[in-house]
Amino acid sequence: MSGFKLGKMTFGSLFKKPETVLYPVVKPEPPAGLKGHVEVDESTCILCSLCVKRCPCGAIEVDKKARTWAIDHFRCVQCGSCTYECPKGSLTMLPTYETVSRQKRVHTFSIPERPKAAPKREDAGE
Amino acid sequence: MGKATVIPFGPQHPVLPEPLHLDLVVEDEKVIEAMPQIGFVHRGLEKLVETRDYNQFIYVAERICGICAFGHSMGYAETVEQLMGVEVPDRAQALRVMWHELSRIHSHVLWLGLAADAFGFESLFMHCWRLRERVLDIFEKTTGGRVILSVVKVGGVVRDVDDAMFAYIKQVLEGLKDEYRQIMNTLLTDTSVKNRLVGVGYVSHDDAVAESMVGPFGRASGVNYDVRMLGNGWYGKLSEFQPILSNDGDCYARVQVRCLEVLQSIDIIEEVISRMPAGDIEVKVKGNPADGAEACNVLEQPRGECYYYARGNGTKFLERMRMRTPTSQNIAGMTIALKGCDLADVNNIILTIDPCISCTER
Repeated sequence: MSGFKLGKMTFGSLFKKPETVLYPVVKPEPPAGLKGHVEVDESTCILCSLCVKRCPCGAIEVDKKARTWAIDHFRCVQCGSCTYECPKGSLTMLPTYETVSRQKRVHTFSIPERPKAAPKREDAGE
Repeated sequence: MGKATVIPFGPQHPVLPEPLHLDLVVEDEKVIEAMPQIGFVHRGLEKLVETRDYNQFIYVAERICGICAFGHSMGYAETVEQLMGVEVPDRAQALRVMWHELSRIHSHVLWLGLAADAFGFESLFMHCWRLRERVLDIFEKTTGGRVILSVVKVGGVVRDVDDAMFAYIKQVLEGLKDEYRQIMNTLLTDTSVKNRLVGVGYVSHDDAVAESMVGPFGRASGVNYDVRMLGNGWYGKLSEFQPILSNDGDCYARVQVRCLEVLQSIDIIEEVISRMPAGDIEVKVKGNPADGAEACNVLEQPRGECYYYARGNGTKFLERMRMRTPTSQNIAGMTIALKGCDLADVNNIILTIDPCISCTER
């Protein structure tokens, strides 16, 4: 008789804690480094548009005149290529997912104007 | 002898994870011929190579298939690296091999669960998928993704793995091995499983060679071919590799081959981790593939040999990217396996080739 081979494992499962959690009452802690969503730091972004060029799905738009950086989270595939390319490190991938939305919309961030660096004086240091 | 009747099977069928249509010609519950038809999930991904540059296409390549996603990104990256003459650091190659073997475990364990579900062993299906979660957790912690990993780039990999994480992976695999042996014992020795699988869907060695069958489907019919034995990339630095073979050629042999391949993959991962070289994980790749440059590559996906071809045109876009996936090789073998089987065994036979229709159609 070679039936009931899985009996030991199935019987043992009765005394183990469940493999699943009672979501959304219990929410598992996302591991560090999980590709959740892209976040921009408006204070350091220089609107260089490298992220736009790298994005494989056209999710990012940069408007230099209006000084806005926009991302369509519904198009983004969380590949992270924009975060690797950003020369100022303004883009980071956070381990949390975007919240559920009823409508598709683009998240637009205003990039504040930064004061231009003062030109070097020729007589500086004299 | 009854009258021949044609029964349509699929494209939507409870046993099929992906759309495949079969016209089954049956006589008295015996299938005398099966005519497959695909074309329900064609997405034109190869054409996208004209509008996505060679760095961006890696994210398209890994979306060819949800199960062998890592394999496709690795196969594509290796092809472009050959095209551009890029030498990838040792550590990046070793990490790729580790993730690729982990994805083979996840693919095979998923498939074993689906096969158990097809022959009506529901609790075995759930235990298989429970074990697969452990591998997905490793992916989540090391790459940031569970199925689509986006961790390979042309020139290396984008994430490194530290020693603490290697220790965690070894510990998880050690625990997984013990539980997996119990599942494997059920699959290979339980009477109810044997009654459904032994002697069903036989494909002879000669037929398997004639139809160019690849992967575990071919190896279960005695075809001694596994791309890993060619020693491409870091596979060449591993200790001696022997493909797992069976000469029975039936559904049971295919389950057996895949069962043993999971243990083989765990051994390979343990070896890779113990011999993990230090150093960089990427090299900077500059310039574009030369006009007219061509490269070919083969990779052992969980389902079998996958062939890649790329041609450059001097711009950042490739002129042509072509993949020949294992299921497109194995569909012809499947029609042989289906000839003469009972109608009730069609489910098992289709599943034991592990069909990936999304790969095949791209």
